[in-house]
Amino acid sequence: MSATRAAGKVALVTGAARGQGRSHAVRLAEEGADIVAVDLCRQIATVPYPMSTPDDLAETAKLVEATGRRVVTASADVRDLDGLRAAVDGAVATLGRLDIVAANAGIHSGGIPSWEMPDEMWDDLIDVNLTGVWITCKVAAPHLVAAGGGSIVITSSTAGLRPYGGIAHYVAAKHALMGLTKTLAQELGAHGIRVNAVNPTQVDTPMIQNPLIYRLFVPDVPQPTKEQFAAASQAGMLLPTPWLDARDVSDAVAFLASDEARFVTGIGLPIDAGVLAR
Amino acid sequence: MNAAASLHGKVAFVTGAARGQGRSHAVTLAAAGADIIAVDICAPLESVDYPAATAADLADTVREVEALDRRIVARVADVRDTAALRAAVDEGVAELGRLDIVAANAGILSSGSLDQLGEHAWREMVDVNLSGVWRTTKVAIPHILAGGRGGAIILTSSVAGLKSYPNVAHYVAAKHGVVGLMRTLAVELAPHGIRVNTVNPTQVDTDMIQNDVMYRLFVPDEAHPTKAQFAAASRATALLPVDWIESVDVSNALLFLASDAARYITGVALPVDAGAVWR
Repeated sequence: MSATRAAGKVALVTGAARGQGRSHAVRLAEEGADIVAVDLCRQIATVPYPMSTPDDLAETAKLVEATGRRVVTASADVRDLDGLRAAVDGAVATLGRLDIVAANAGIHSGGIPSWEMPDEMWDDLIDVNLTGVWITCKVAAPHLVAAGGGSIVITSSTAGLRPYGGIAHYVAAKHALMGLTKTLAQELGAHGIRVNAVNPTQVDTPMIQNPLIYRLFVPDVPQPTKEQFAAASQAGMLLPTPWLDARDVSDAVAFLASDEARFVTGIGLPIDAGVLAR
Repeated sequence: MNAAASLHGKVAFVTGAARGQGRSHAVTLAAAGADIIAVDICAPLESVDYPAATAADLADTVREVEALDRRIVARVADVRDTAALRAAVDEGVAELGRLDIVAANAGILSSGSLDQLGEHAWREMVDVNLSGVWRTTKVAIPHILAGGRGGAIILTSSVAGLKSYPNVAHYVAAKHGVVGLMRTLAVELAPHGIRVNTVNPTQVDTDMIQNDVMYRLFVPDEAHPTKAQFAAASRATALLPVDWIESVDVSNALLFLASDAARYITGVALPVDAGAVWR
């Protein structure tokens, strides 16, 4: 595999301060891309685990620069069309172009039956995980059109293809992203822009390694341990692993972003250790 | 109708009931024996360019259900307003005694490509066609659980919940989201004997499709497409030789899913589409 499949290109990554987003930024930089790294870097009230900080985003920038690539960071909210557009337009002006989008920013909450879920919890998650992805694509697409083509990779989930109890809002949003992926593939195909989704199972990040997810997977124990979660998570996989590394998803993103996938568009690519085949 | 399809003694909650598919669902469920709780916003939305349902439309639905000797409680309520929706269903259950069936049908249509579609139109669509469906189930489920007899929930998705159409990204996303919501509800509610499914219709002959927005969507090269031009374009999306389907076709599928004839069917997306999914 060539390690410079994105040489001379520029990639926008949302949710880039840590977790999968940071991994995507570093992976695409290793492939030769300059990076626009965006993250909210603050808390949302209905999210029960600590969200990223400005220090996290600065660490991502350091890791990208260590590969020898350039990076422009911005604290911006994917729910804020004007704010995100200003951040992306500014970064593209600095780096010269935009070719790749990893619309990765997402939150998790819930762990309660859908009819007991507070309106604010539903609305926050739909806003970030669905509307935020649309806004990301909306502000980025004109730059890809101007570049004469490109690749958008939307982070859906195995929950975009099958249900999980207790997270109706998350499953609905991730399913909706599959519809958005296919529609944008139709609308942007004529511009040489490919649009695909990745559908990861549990990934070893702060969004997963927290008491909310532990309780979702081990409902019969009041305060499940990481080991108990690992066993329950492993039980859902065909391959012998309790979770993926963020790098595993980044490898799929790097493939979909590359010319090796030049005729791949409108698909959802599971990276799921066999979860969906069970 | 076979005995298993009888809804005698049951109560059904229908949203978007003033006209179109919603009215058809209310009347079809009433004809099968159910009493009805009917809600509709009966008002225009900013991003929607075709005429809205009116209070007079909702009154017509009431008359049609009452003509079948069934009872109906009708309220003007917006599916985006949890409090109003809850008040409507609570009043309906107080009067009719129970709740067994939900037809979460209220929905809107607007259009625009990624560059044209505005944030307001996106948000209004997601609010009504996805979050409004969730709010409908949220206020209804406690009543079905309280009855302890199980029940059936049918969410109105679309062929656009299974495949994509250009220039309606918000509609396609919302309708895919409804399928995800349905699947989750099916998992969560199965232990309570409550089944949850979607109907996924293709173009249905209602006010939501017989309008210029839809005509232009299907015939993009004409400034002012005629109904005949739309019919030809719409026909080309189906396998069966029809221009569009009728509301009653969707209602018949919904009645089946609501009835005991479908007692072991849950988590299913049922296309009523003249074959459009495979076109």
